[in-house]
Amino acid sequence: MAATNASKEQKYDRQLRLWGDHGQEALENAHVCLINATATGTEILKNLVLPGIGAFTIVDGHTVSGEDVGNNFFLSNNNIGKNRAQAATELLQELNSDVSGNYVEESPDKLLDNDPEFFHRFTVVIGVHLPESTCLRLGSVLWSASVPFLVCKTYGLIGYMRLVVQEHTVIESHPDNALEDLRLDQPFAEFKNHIQSYDLDSMAKKDHSHTPWVIVVAKYLAKWLSEHNSQPPKNYKEKEAFRQFIREGILKNENGVPEDEENFEEAIKNVNTALNPTKVPNSVEDLFNSEQCNNITSQSLSFWVMLRAVKDFVHKEGNGSLPVRGTIPDMIADSQKFINLQNVYREKAMQDAAAVSKHVECLLQSVGKPPESISEKDIKLFCKNASFLRVVRCRSLAEEYSVDSVNKDEITSCMDNPDSEMVFYLMLRAVDRFYQQHSRYPGTAKVYTDLSLKNSLNQMVIVKICRYGAAEPHTVAAFLGGSAAQEAIKIISHQFVPFSNTFIYNAMSQTSATLQL
Amino acid sequence: MNLLLFSLFREKKRRRVVELTEKMVVDGGTCEWEGRWNHVKKFLERSGPFTHPDFEPSTESLQFMLETCKILVIGAGGLGCELLKDLALSSFRNIHVVDMDTIDVSNLNRQFLFRPKDIGRPKADVAADFINSRIPGCCVVPHFKKIQDLDETFYRQFHIIVCGLDSIVARRWMNGMLLSLLVYEDGVLDPGSIIPLIDGGTEGFKGNARVILPGMTACIDCTLELYPPQVNFPMCTIASMPRLPEHCIEYVRMLLWPKETPFGGRKSLGLIIIKFDMRLTRPLLTNGVVLDGDDPEHIQWVYQRSLERAAEFNITGVTYRLTQGVVKRIIPAVASTNAVIAAACATEVFKIASSAYISLNNYMVFNDVDGLYTYTFEAERKENCSACSQVPVDLHFSPSSKLQEVLDYLTESASLQMKSPAITASVEGKNKTLYLQSVASIEQRTRPNLSKTLKELGLTDRQELAVADVTTPQTMLFRLSFTS
Repeated sequence: MAATNASKEQKYDRQLRLWGDHGQEALENAHVCLINATATGTEILKNLVLPGIGAFTIVDGHTVSGEDVGNNFFLSNNNIGKNRAQAATELLQELNSDVSGNYVEESPDKLLDNDPEFFHRFTVVIGVHLPESTCLRLGSVLWSASVPFLVCKTYGLIGYMRLVVQEHTVIESHPDNALEDLRLDQPFAEFKNHIQSYDLDSMAKKDHSHTPWVIVVAKYLAKWLSEHNSQPPKNYKEKEAFRQFIREGILKNENGVPEDEENFEEAIKNVNTALNPTKVPNSVEDLFNSEQCNNITSQSLSFWVMLRAVKDFVHKEGNGSLPVRGTIPDMIADSQKFINLQNVYREKAMQDAAAVSKHVECLLQSVGKPPESISEKDIKLFCKNASFLRVVRCRSLAEEYSVDSVNKDEITSCMDNPDSEMVFYLMLRAVDRFYQQHSRYPGTAKVYTDLSLKNSLNQMVIVKICRYGAAEPHTVAAFLGGSAAQEAIKIISHQFVPFSNTFIYNAMSQTSATLQL
Repeated sequence: MNLLLFSLFREKKRRRVVELTEKMVVDGGTCEWEGRWNHVKKFLERSGPFTHPDFEPSTESLQFMLETCKILVIGAGGLGCELLKDLALSSFRNIHVVDMDTIDVSNLNRQFLFRPKDIGRPKADVAADFINSRIPGCCVVPHFKKIQDLDETFYRQFHIIVCGLDSIVARRWMNGMLLSLLVYEDGVLDPGSIIPLIDGGTEGFKGNARVILPGMTACIDCTLELYPPQVNFPMCTIASMPRLPEHCIEYVRMLLWPKETPFGGRKSLGLIIIKFDMRLTRPLLTNGVVLDGDDPEHIQWVYQRSLERAAEFNITGVTYRLTQGVVKRIIPAVASTNAVIAAACATEVFKIASSAYISLNNYMVFNDVDGLYTYTFEAERKENCSACSQVPVDLHFSPSSKLQEVLDYLTESASLQMKSPAITASVEGKNKTLYLQSVASIEQRTRPNLSKTLKELGLTDRQELAVADVTTPQTMLFRLSFTS
């Protein structure tokens, strides 16, 4: 039963402020598959059902045991003996009537035997506590079908996640600390004209004190350049001198005492970042150099078409720079001066986006696609985020597990550090290997020698892993539940950046690490 | 450091288990089933190389957790719901929860113990009901109250307190309460009087979890500078130089609403009575309806007027959502971050209660905007912490400074950040209230003192000032140190 749009807007208000209506729409169109409704699995799903995922399907062939009910909020003791997928679906569905819950009372191995294409329909598949062989089989099916796969496991006080996605593009990465795009080092024509329209020396005090710091810096920079052979301040000494130069521009009263001009103080404070040279970030340059960017076909995703268009723009109208972002930070100024300055950047951004748009059209035409395939709105969003574009690529599970392509370098270099979480990755691999051979998890101490890597396995860690006896404490499952769910949301919404590709959480020390395996 | 704590816990445990065995009524067994606590037992009944040196694996531990250990959860919201679930599934049965709020529709995206039918009911009550019915044998006792409404006798009964609060003021109050419970004999802290405080906080995709052993490790006030004061927009920007849509909204909220008193209220003939304190975030209306951020009609009014204001200055970007966000100071929130932070806190509660592992020492931050990032460090105690150092904080002022300057220092200093301090001192043998804001009549009477100098007020060098404030349950002592 779907709620009205108004009440959904209210219910989801706190999260809409993070990923917007378009992010929410992506969530509501998604269908997630969870394999194995263990505590870890149901906790992950809870954090997807609450924000309003479109649908979920639980695949689980196990029956509910007393032990299962003990650590799982979504199983009750009168479910004991029933199929676990069905039992968990009921209590998870109850969390949010906007979501459609389904279950398949079958082991994933059976499905892989009889109907592997069953998994193709999902937006993302989350596999929890899968034995190694099942994991690799499923991994291979999902890799070929380009369905993102998230592998999760809670083992005692260790949490483990592995993301398997071939290529995941992110336009809206929402970086925490983004540098502003002010172009003070290479002012575009309209900006130059705007700066010219100010004459600081002849301004009344009120105007002088309410001139945006960007203009102040631009003016003083122009003077500096004319006196220093067109060389901007580069080292600390020169920047200090430049700051002092601006400070001397502060108006003085009849007694020669400097007035209180907050805008000038802002200018001085911002000198360092203001003088940052405008350049295409290395990460974006790398994307420009990638195969997908240089070889646009009718199969290319919009992301690559737009990226190529931006690259072409950079080499042509952009004169080596990305399209202007168009936003400026707030700064001390009167309304009119601020709005006028803001409009200069906004209009330039629109111009640049229009130029990029033309490149997009050309590219689409060249591969026989209609220009409306990519909307103006999408192109504008892309240009605004041009500095923050990210692409995540993970190796397949086959590559990780194959003796020929195992990432020995990453493993051995991590193992140099005695505190590295890498040791837990190795132990989990050993545990999986043990299970393959003995159909149970290790509960007593044994030495493992059958790993393909020869290095000194920490005896203490082995004992610890055995102590865990494959326990799944609820709090560790819940930590992983929150972590994995958010990664799934990132994959579905294409906002914020997913981890790559292995995450290990150590609840003993409350530390974690991200590894590339 | 922790060895002291674990010894004290073992002592508490041994005493209680003996008491309980004597008083225990045998349960019919309807809320236990085979294998129920298997996942938990592996940590209580087996030892390993990373367990605490004092840990003795035994079956008594599980009994202690189930029957005796008493945990207090502060807050039944985003973190609180998660904490209650986590604790209940970790074998804790005696849990109390305090929350003064009722359920709102916007809570439902993450506070999963609540349903649409519960809107308007007290969070503590609904949360307790849900947990008690979903987890057989668990007994959550709700308290629909402010934390300040409960006293030392209440707080003293708990082994561990976990906070899932959304306000720094409340955290500082809890911190102060637990510090006030500490017992010192001949200057030595009695470890039995320490109640560990686990504190969690979240905001969007960021969060932190910390373990505080009051009197022993860094307290909330020791690290107050980690929470810089919330910056409000300057009044001149709001009143005459708006640039952002937010400025327009604040204009309507702070200036236009009190002036036009929509939805009732009346203006005095020609005179609009507004008490306006620059330090507070909203004007004290004495003759109108207060703006209610939860009333959609109020927000709609503010939204329309904000659009008009914005149009005057050619500012774009005012939306209904932004309006609501600014008026209510909304912090975005999702289920996942709350799940992570609450889980980390609950893990620490388990470690401390079971003495099975060394606890977090002592602060973890989490951020999953870009991948997943955690950073764990040991926050240090501040030598002259105004809350936990037990030494009166020195206040350096010249005798010709005005009392207003002292007041400003108490509210504006990054290490104190008081909200509306009330200052008393012993003058000529008598206890004198120098300034107090929270009672209107006393505020009026003592207001002239603000413009008097410390010398004029009869204060002397090295004398103690007692300061009360919402940020602490006990008065804080300061020592005046006159500069020349």
